[in-house]
Amino acid sequence: MAQGKMRGDKSSALVIGAGIAGMQSALLLAEMGRKVFLLEQGPAIGGYFPLLDKTFPTNSCGVCFMSPTPPAFCPIYECHLHDNIELLPYSEVKKVEGTGGDFRVSIVRKPRFVDPKRCTLCEACIKVCPVEVEREFGGGLEKRKAIYLPYPQAIPHSLVIDPRTCTRCGECVKACAPGAIDLDMKEEEEEIGAGAILLGFGFEPFLAQKKGEYGFGRYENVLTSVQFERLISTSSPTQGFPVRVSDGKKMEKIAFIQCVGSRDPSCGQDHCSTICCMYATKQAMIAKERASGLNVTFFYMDIRPMGKDYERYYERAKSEYGIEYIRSAISSVKELQQTKNLFITYLKEDGIFEEREFDSVILSVGFTPPQNIKDIAGGMGLLLNQQGFCQTDEFHPAQTSVEGIFVGGAFRGPRDIPETVVEGSSAAAAAASFLAPNASSPSRKEYPMEGALGEEIPKIGVFICHCGEELKKSLSLFDLILGTKLLREVVHIEEVGLACLPEDLDLIKKRIGEHGLNRIVIAGCSHREIRKPMEEMAKGMGFNPYLIEYANIREQCAFVHRDLPELATEKAMVLIRMAVERARRIQPIRKGSQKVEKRGLVVGGGVAGMTASLRLAEQGYEVCLIEKERELGGNLRDSFYTLRGSNPQSLLQDLIQKVKNHPSIRPYFETEIIGFEKRNGHYKTKILRPDGEESLEHGALILATGGREVVPKEYLYGKDPRVITQRQLEKMIHLKDEGLKEVRSAVMIQCVGSRDEEHPYCSRICCGHAVKNALKLKEQNHSAQVYVLYRDVRTYGFYETYYHEARGKGIVFIRYDLEKKPEVALENGRLSVSVFDPAMGSRVSLPADRLILSAGVEPNDNRDLAKIFDVDLNPDGFFMEANPKSAPLDSVDRGKFFCGLCHSPNFIEDSISQGNASAARAGALLSKEAVEEKAYLANVIKRLCCGCGLCVTVCPYGARALNEEEVKAEVMESLCQGCGNCVVACRNGASQQRNFDKALNLAVLDAAID
Amino acid sequence: MSEFEPRIVAFLCHWCTYTGADLAGTTRQQYPPSIRVIHLMCSGAVDSIYVLKALIDGADGVLIGGCHPGDCHYQTGNYKARRRLAILKGILNQMGFTEDRVLLKWISASEGKLFADTVTKMTNDLKKMGPNPMKQLWNA
Repeated sequence: MAQGKMRGDKSSALVIGAGIAGMQSALLLAEMGRKVFLLEQGPAIGGYFPLLDKTFPTNSCGVCFMSPTPPAFCPIYECHLHDNIELLPYSEVKKVEGTGGDFRVSIVRKPRFVDPKRCTLCEACIKVCPVEVEREFGGGLEKRKAIYLPYPQAIPHSLVIDPRTCTRCGECVKACAPGAIDLDMKEEEEEIGAGAILLGFGFEPFLAQKKGEYGFGRYENVLTSVQFERLISTSSPTQGFPVRVSDGKKMEKIAFIQCVGSRDPSCGQDHCSTICCMYATKQAMIAKERASGLNVTFFYMDIRPMGKDYERYYERAKSEYGIEYIRSAISSVKELQQTKNLFITYLKEDGIFEEREFDSVILSVGFTPPQNIKDIAGGMGLLLNQQGFCQTDEFHPAQTSVEGIFVGGAFRGPRDIPETVVEGSSAAAAAASFLAPNASSPSRKEYPMEGALGEEIPKIGVFICHCGEELKKSLSLFDLILGTKLLREVVHIEEVGLACLPEDLDLIKKRIGEHGLNRIVIAGCSHREIRKPMEEMAKGMGFNPYLIEYANIREQCAFVHRDLPELATEKAMVLIRMAVERARRIQPIRKGSQKVEKRGLVVGGGVAGMTASLRLAEQGYEVCLIEKERELGGNLRDSFYTLRGSNPQSLLQDLIQKVKNHPSIRPYFETEIIGFEKRNGHYKTKILRPDGEESLEHGALILATGGREVVPKEYLYGKDPRVITQRQLEKMIHLKDEGLKEVRSAVMIQCVGSRDEEHPYCSRICCGHAVKNALKLKEQNHSAQVYVLYRDVRTYGFYETYYHEARGKGIVFIRYDLEKKPEVALENGRLSVSVFDPAMGSRVSLPADRLILSAGVEPNDNRDLAKIFDVDLNPDGFFMEANPKSAPLDSVDRGKFFCGLCHSPNFIEDSISQGNASAARAGALLSKEAVEEKAYLANVIKRLCCGCGLCVTVCPYGARALNEEEVKAEVMESLCQGCGNCVVACRNGASQQRNFDKALNLAVLDAAID
Repeated sequence: MSEFEPRIVAFLCHWCTYTGADLAGTTRQQYPPSIRVIHLMCSGAVDSIYVLKALIDGADGVLIGGCHPGDCHYQTGNYKARRRLAILKGILNQMGFTEDRVLLKWISASEGKLFADTVTKMTNDLKKMGPNPMKQLWNA
């Protein structure tokens, strides 16, 4: 076993588990200037994300918005590209030594048996490998060989040999032309030093075999939702068209069975898996889009779409897609012998059994903790909760039981992608605070000064890379070289073997010197593959990296026209001609930068705002915290206990103390925002204090303007003093109100001001609050009978256990429909509630000494603020994010973030995570001395600009403005993202884009057409 | 005379479709070598003049590839491309081009097969349509 030296130090961070949470933590810490090691036990990073094709509630992918520096590729690729992130794939933690701030972690790097640097993915080895097994990716529906690519876009982009199934026959070694395979590769041990460890272990899907009664594993057409997700992905073998497993026939009538391994103590899974209702609904919608006429039926207990905009999605599934939801309990699933169809018997809410036949059944499997987690947790001294997920304090959601070890994402319990992204960011914020002050950021590589290239006549060197002989199979390199010789301004042509390897890079470097080349064309693989080593080489020798052009003759030619060598060669020649044409016209790019105003402005001093301020201040930035009231705290002031049993008042005091005592936080009370200006690289906000106006300059803006309880308009609220809201009840319970002792019967009505016409969204927290207050009421007054009238009980995640407890303690839950709302009557001075009980099939009348309304959450009126700050509101009045899935707290404009109730209804715990997370996103921006501009900036040729302002309208980033004096358009370089949309909008050709100007594109177009 | 081989000029956005085209290569999806790819940052940066010039110069077809609705890396570039093409098609018809020679397609980075299928289908359609009449003018 080889032993390496320790790498990394107290200032670096180790992220274990490269799923969505882990990648998010890594990207943010890396952007903050930390050295990050990103360890993954599998051969490729990405976690469950690559399996997902479309995500709810947008039915698009959108995961590329996750990177803190948009626009970007998907996070997997961005982690691979980031200078500060070192990937440690196929590795495991062996031992953690040391304490928070100074960990030494021994890791084992498992042998891949394939050298990723030499593997050209020619797949010759796959053809000769005799071992075929089930592919893990996608739940085993497809096959793979013992040597395989985990999935097509896998990073590291290289094959790997699975030692458990490999027979060591050696055929692959013989077939491998570049000699990348070494069957004697040994595992290597290494030691990593880190100040903080972040855990993103994630989850595992529940093993459907454990619920044998549903027939998974016995009946061919019973699938898990993981398998179905793969089946309807556009990258599946059927391109997303759902077909039956048994005979490949089109699916016509399918059923989803919900809560398989969720809310089910009989299989050790007493929690709700939170997202199955939504992912199954998404799968049903996508499947229906792919296969018209598909009939989908859901069998469920409660539908729980409690995230932002999820309720609308569920409503759409019912009304637009015609998906049928049946509240029921499954009695049996049987396979019919001949057709292999499935026969489901189920018990409806009204106590009647029914039967139906389906051609396929999908089991919506829940979340379980990772299998080997007990050992890993034990090794680190980590406490797990009852369900086996990571134990955290309610008010410190990113902190594990071990100092210096942080956590985010599904390892804390089942959650959706937006929450995972938030928590991955939150863990990064907590780690950054813990590691602060940023002692030593990774030494930035120093590059030599660039020569003054670009002005002189182009001298182009073309290097044609045959990718370890691979391209010679379908291209005639001889013809390409011959053809390239005829192109103008090409002074050197050379064939190379593997341009990505140091040997060939050195050769190219040498040729640049020898021939005085000032433009390079690499004809070979896609620029996505080779750009990084090429640019590194160029920078190292002072050659402007933007003078390198790439002709993609591998992925977009040789690989896709294998059997047509002549035509493929002809096409490759055109591609090289186009690249040379581009090379003749491109100019060197020296990216400018804008000084960063290292100050954050936080609007709103509730729990989210205070948390965000503290995390930003702890990272070393000044914070101006604006509060419109005379004191801090917001809604937290009226919160007295939580469902999990923590004390919000102590949190309140703690936060206020910390905010007041932190030297870098300047709180402003009774202050309003009256103006906002966007400058190049920073913002300027005008505030109105009781004693006058002030202007604040800042580089980041965090909006945490909070929300409030909806004021009920029905059920005699405001007309009878016995009708109160949950918050009022909470206060009464807290104050041990005498009146409550007399209560013999209390009725709670859920969804008051939620899921109705005026508030067509779910307020997420009311079911939890009702359970919390019902339990407390029972605790104080044992004899009280408590009824909860609900539409769906949405005690998601571990809150489910409290719901279970409440039912055990005799609290009665009665369901009602929106069409049959409860009716409140006042008779002889007594309140009574009448409701239709579907289980009994008749109306029941309940006496109510207290009627408690679970009023929903609505945002404060943010219309003026949204206008001032130029951010959008969604139809419900919450702030609108750049992408609901993977940039849940970011505005489209750079440097503006949201958190807390102004973003969506949240528990305190969620608001803290969001506060942390927005501080991490803001911190990633503020951490730099200067923001580097994008390379391909737009510019204005003033002589041609007529000041029409079309480009200003078109720019999605507000990076354009009209200079009123000159009547000319201007570009704010720090905001321009280089999309080129303004170039098209300009009718005079005044608007241009560096290295994508119209003349250049037209010249390339000329070269493209024979 | 050998069978007519159409020539397609494709403008692909940097983030989605270009990457999808790469994936078609990585997964060895085979399609006709009819396509010449021009790499742009966004489908919203495809000027109508590029499409017109391609057709006037004799390209048999033009493919514009962008991110799916909602996935544009520049927020709304793909929608702009869609609107622009809707208008451009009217102009193309007036100029005597068949509007079917121009295709706008949303292809994500994970849809290598869809990219290959799109090129295959477009090539076959163009074969049926015959060569771009402009080509004869140039050769006359």
